[in-house]
Amino acid sequence: MSHAIPAPHALSEGSQHDSHPTTTGIPSRKVALWTLIGSECLFFASLISTYLVYKGKSLVGPLPHTESQCMLHGKMQTCEHIFEIPLVTTGTAVLLFSSFFIVLALYGAQRGKRKMLVGWLAATVLAGMFFVGMQVYEFQHFYHKGMGYGTNLFSSTFFTLTGFHGSHVTVGVIWLATLLVLAIKGKIPPQKALNLEIAALYWHFVDVVWIVIFPTVYLMR
Amino acid sequence: MEAQDAHAHDQHAHPTPALYLKVALVLFVLTAMEVLAFEAGRGGLGASLRPVFEPIVVLLLVVLSAAKFALVAMFYMHLKQDPRLLANLFVFPLLIAAVIIAALIVLFSYWRAVGAH
Repeated sequence: MSHAIPAPHALSEGSQHDSHPTTTGIPSRKVALWTLIGSECLFFASLISTYLVYKGKSLVGPLPHTESQCMLHGKMQTCEHIFEIPLVTTGTAVLLFSSFFIVLALYGAQRGKRKMLVGWLAATVLAGMFFVGMQVYEFQHFYHKGMGYGTNLFSSTFFTLTGFHGSHVTVGVIWLATLLVLAIKGKIPPQKALNLEIAALYWHFVDVVWIVIFPTVYLMR
Repeated sequence: MEAQDAHAHDQHAHPTPALYLKVALVLFVLTAMEVLAFEAGRGGLGASLRPVFEPIVVLLLVVLSAAKFALVAMFYMHLKQDPRLLANLFVFPLLIAAVIIAALIVLFSYWRAVGAH
């Protein structure tokens, strides 16, 4: 364990004082967030299942990876594949790095390093905003290529799955931006680092869901 | 008793920024490998690689994304160090989720096959 150091709540007792004592010794809010994450796993599993069972069953285009016949401007036309893999790969990399940024922000919060907390938390918020922006651009691009929500089975399942993920990212960005304002005002001392730890857990969950969605939706032909 | 103390200490020891950085770099490399596997599978890296990668690309993507998932859960979400209860709260629904996905794919494939006859 050469890379391990004592946990911050062992260093500063205060971080545990913020929440109610429990028989497990684990802060109740942390247990609640993990329970929420567990239920969210089932929610996203149902959306991923729906996407997979209808994969390749669309009767008209546009399609993700191949040319197809699709209805554009009132007549059937040949349209090209719709995915822009380099754009989504960039968004994926940024979201992955945002998880790294937020663990550093939490590290700073737990040790009272305010500059570290504010800097890395701001980086996380910016990365989250980049990802949401990428998704908004992608949706708009698809719409202009003739793919609306109800165009075919692929579009309905795709927009539902990635749209719900995007809304989770948006909630995460708002949550983290709120904490950033508090951090700038100096209202997240080490005793209140649990507030950031819980938001960070949610953010990592949003990241792991994308780790599943990215190859399932964009890379499996 | 000392062993117990050491175990308890290990359970509550969080990684350092250096380890977080190493995990981030591994995640980046695994993502690059995913995209390369996809490109190789569709012939984007040369026609000669396509017959090799096309049959295994789905398996490769599943393995690589599972590795990324595990890295984030263990190191960034601290499941490796935090009490086992939290890991159970996550892993049990995750197993149910995997069963749901597999069951629906099998069921829909079966009914489509029955419908086709």
